Amino acid sequence: MEKTYYKPQDLKKFGDITNWNKELGDKFFEYYNAVFESGALTAREKSLIALAVSHVVQCPYCIDAYTQDGLKRGIEKEEMMEAVHVGAAIKSGAALVHGVQMMNVHNKLSM
Amino acid sequence: MGLKSLHARQNSLSNTDRQLEILSNGIFENGELPRFIDRIGQPLRPKKLEILQINMGYMCNQVCAHCHVDAGPDRKEIMTRKTLQMCLDICKNHRISTLDLTGGAPEMNPHFRWFVEESSTHVDDLIVRSNLTILTANKTYKELPEFFAKHKVHVVSSLPFYRRNKTDRQRGDGVFDKSIKALQTLNAFGYGQPNSKLQLDLVYNPAGAFLPGDQKELEADFKKALLEDFGIVFNQLYTITNMPISRFLDYLLATENYEDYMRELVSAYNPTALENVMCTNTLSVGWDGSLYDCDFNQMLNLKINGTIDHISGYKPEINKRSIRVSQHCYGCTAGAGSSCQGALNS
Repeated sequence: MEKTYYKPQDLKKFGDITNWNKELGDKFFEYYNAVFESGALTAREKSLIALAVSHVVQCPYCIDAYTQDGLKRGIEKEEMMEAVHVGAAIKSGAALVHGVQMMNVHNKLSM
Repeated sequence: MGLKSLHARQNSLSNTDRQLEILSNGIFENGELPRFIDRIGQPLRPKKLEILQINMGYMCNQVCAHCHVDAGPDRKEIMTRKTLQMCLDICKNHRISTLDLTGGAPEMNPHFRWFVEESSTHVDDLIVRSNLTILTANKTYKELPEFFAKHKVHVVSSLPFYRRNKTDRQRGDGVFDKSIKALQTLNAFGYGQPNSKLQLDLVYNPAGAFLPGDQKELEADFKKALLEDFGIVFNQLYTITNMPISRFLDYLLATENYEDYMRELVSAYNPTALENVMCTNTLSVGWDGSLYDCDFNQMLNLKINGTIDHISGYKPEINKRSIRVSQHCYGCTAGAGSSCQGALNS
């Protein structure tokens, strides 16, 4: 068993996923690459969204990849941090909004 | 950022043999990564010589963190008028289409204006690589924008980013503001303006251990920001990959980024970029007249193969040589490729 679950060098092996199921792997990467092309949103905007989501899903590979992608695109650290805060705000807000459920249950059952 | 060159600091990397040793050992010696010559499979040979790139000297008014020349105010190596005359004779006699003047700050060579006046009528494209701040340094240089316009000089200027913080981090405090002022002056003389023949191009190189992004996308970002914030226009943006040599190599080693950077360059190897690397159509002349396949080989003291290695002995036959390569060459073949004219496959 490996000493750590995540190894930075494994990010480079992402494409190897196709080795065990080429059809689905190819479909995924075709979809993935198409998603990140400029469309109604610029590739730069998509990169920032991806960075924010990477933090929300807490994927170290994705955080590494989209920080580097942002650097290459000239995205500044202030923009990156604001994007991360947007993700963090949604995630914490999603937890906190369930407080209403707690309040509902509490109020219903309490005298 | 150090205030002096590696040379002045007597840093071990000012020894080119030490740099070549680092580039050949470690991950390239233990077989983890292929050496460049093994990766390309066969010797690289020149095509038609189109560009004579002249390094007029290593003296510069700036000490940039990434500089592959290790240029700075303390560098005294300057090309003599005699050597410049030899370069001029080659332009006249061998139909060189592009003359590319670089440094250091080429403007600091005492024979700069004479050489520009003499050479501008003999080539189709006379490029001066200006760091911009020299144009605002003192009254000796402040007339240069007008001088450039008069001689239809193609100005290629370094501007690492369109915001102050990243530019100053790489090139020194105050560089951004001076660069903006110089660009506005060049614009005022017609440079970069629509329908003007006065070409003004900018050079972007990453402020760190990563490769440049897409040249067209970055160009659009630069154009938008510089126009909106400062009313500046320019023609093209060249994205250039930082070469793992000299001061940038020092930075890579000091920050423990060297091996990952080399892995990135090697994994981004692009055979299409190899077909157009600048060493195949360029000859680089050092300040002392020595000949090199490119400016990077010059900084590693890798003179061209063969018996002729000085401008005084120039013959068209040298175009039959094989080009000298080492692992730094991965910098020109990574991703979209990189050259002094920007991305190769943009």
